Amino acid sequence: MKEFKGRVIAGGAWKGEAAVSHQGFNTLASFQKSALKNAKQVYVSDQNNKDLFGVNITGKALCLPITIGSTTGGLVIQTVCQMGIAPSCFLFSESIDSLAASGIVLAKVWENSDVIAIDRLGKEFLDTVKTGDQIEVKEDGTVIIL
Amino acid sequence: MYEPKMELTLEQREILEGKQGPTMAKIMETVVMFGDIFGAPRLVKVTHDDGHLVTSFGIKLLKPLFSTMEQINEAGIKTKGHFTVDPRPIDYENVKCNLLEKLVFSKIMYAKQEMYEEQMMKAGLKNKNAFSCAAYLPEVGNTPKEGDILSWAESSAVVYANSVLGARCNRNSGMLDLFGSILGYVPEFGFITDEGRKAKWKVIIKCKELPEAQILGSAIGMKVMEDVPYVIGLDKWLGHEINDKAMGYLKDFGAATASNGAVGLYHIDGLTPEAKKLGQKLIRDDAQEYVIDDAEIERVYRSYPIMWKKPEKKGNLVFIGCPHLTFEQCNSWTDRIVAGLKETGRKKVVVRTIMTTAPDIADKFKATPKYQELLATGVKLTSICPLMYTNNPLTKSRRIYTSSNKLRTYSNARYAKDQEILDFIVGKESK
Repeated sequence: MKEFKGRVIAGGAWKGEAAVSHQGFNTLASFQKSALKNAKQVYVSDQNNKDLFGVNITGKALCLPITIGSTTGGLVIQTVCQMGIAPSCFLFSESIDSLAASGIVLAKVWENSDVIAIDRLGKEFLDTVKTGDQIEVKEDGTVIIL
Repeated sequence: MYEPKMELTLEQREILEGKQGPTMAKIMETVVMFGDIFGAPRLVKVTHDDGHLVTSFGIKLLKPLFSTMEQINEAGIKTKGHFTVDPRPIDYENVKCNLLEKLVFSKIMYAKQEMYEEQMMKAGLKNKNAFSCAAYLPEVGNTPKEGDILSWAESSAVVYANSVLGARCNRNSGMLDLFGSILGYVPEFGFITDEGRKAKWKVIIKCKELPEAQILGSAIGMKVMEDVPYVIGLDKWLGHEINDKAMGYLKDFGAATASNGAVGLYHIDGLTPEAKKLGQKLIRDDAQEYVIDDAEIERVYRSYPIMWKKPEKKGNLVFIGCPHLTFEQCNSWTDRIVAGLKETGRKKVVVRTIMTTAPDIADKFKATPKYQELLATGVKLTSICPLMYTNNPLTKSRRIYTSSNKLRTYSNARYAKDQEILDFIVGKESK
């Protein structure tokens, strides 16, 4: 069991499975195919993402450094939250980027989404957590790898 | 009500409190909450009123976009200036589709296009020609001046405006671009500030020839992610003035840094405005270094996965121009295709080829004799977004070649260098 503490962007308590991207997570490229198909689950469609290509991330804790790519990114996060197919948590090892921050804020203000976002968890967090690990997230930004 | 951390003026606070209606209050809440995440001390005035929006497509699944637009329209809210927007998704005249593809495009995928364009017109869209990802080009005219503060999205436009024009704009998301243009204010952080414009990477180019813009941008984007790179060694090929050639190169280079990474600003030593003024003082003391030589360019080029279902087969469609081509690029591609066909003894290109440019540039180009030369080669000119075209699942059977790293990233299209694309379409080399 290992514990990390980050900054709360959008708080909440949650337990579940991790999906880990060690590289920048390209929001549009990752969600595009599943969202366009109106799918019930998101299988990451970013061909450049060696960690998560083809992995189901719906309802999981997406662990990532930051998001990258198209500036539709925030709107895409808002949309997948509205569709109910987003990851439950976004856990950033670095400071959140402007596109992901936009998406979290848009989802909160315009969709009343309960998506959780915590940033600044540190490089060690991303080096430690593995896809499939069970993790617990607390209201105060504590993330425990169980 | 959200309690802001930043300082707001009385007017801004009153908007947040709902004095200008609930929709304006939500717009202000979104922008303030967003700025607070980044520790912005206040909102600063947008000095270039004309916005640019990334969301140009009436794709059905974007329900939050249409519903927000509806609320904006119902409240009679407009942007301070006009705005341009990314390219349209459909042009059946120049990008021919079969009946089934048309059905999927018009009735299923982009069924909301007409409705969404009406919503945008009511909110402040410039005109019917305002659809381009390169609206900053002089022919389109949404061109900020150095030091201007913007509320734009579209990663390739933001990185161009920041880097080549010296304007100041954060990598805003779709919706935030519109909200800042409505309020006339954006949060003061990141690329708006002098400190946020300093380079965390010193990139040294040691190639023997000018590297392909799209691969160099891809390499840098993947390495530096969202940081600012200061690139040394390109000015010996690009010169010290932003001429037509440099404009096209930097547009393509920047788009690749932004789509393969998350670069929102770069400096080119001796060429881009801030690098010319401040030089290597723009590089932070703790900057990391990345040396790029021909072997590194080749390594990155070879790393791109091939997503075609039948990679052993030849390509059957080529897109040139993502981001939209400059006027100079329309001319130079035409010259190269005409010369290439002369060399191979052919009259027309051997594969369906589509070039894309802004509507205003297309109008200008069509008024020149060169357009007839292009048409005679069989190449079509359109103003759509090729990425929007590839969103149609029926187009997956097409084996698309492109020299755009952005299009490669967001579709199944296969990347090829400009020269390889040229050789292929004129029948010199089979791909």
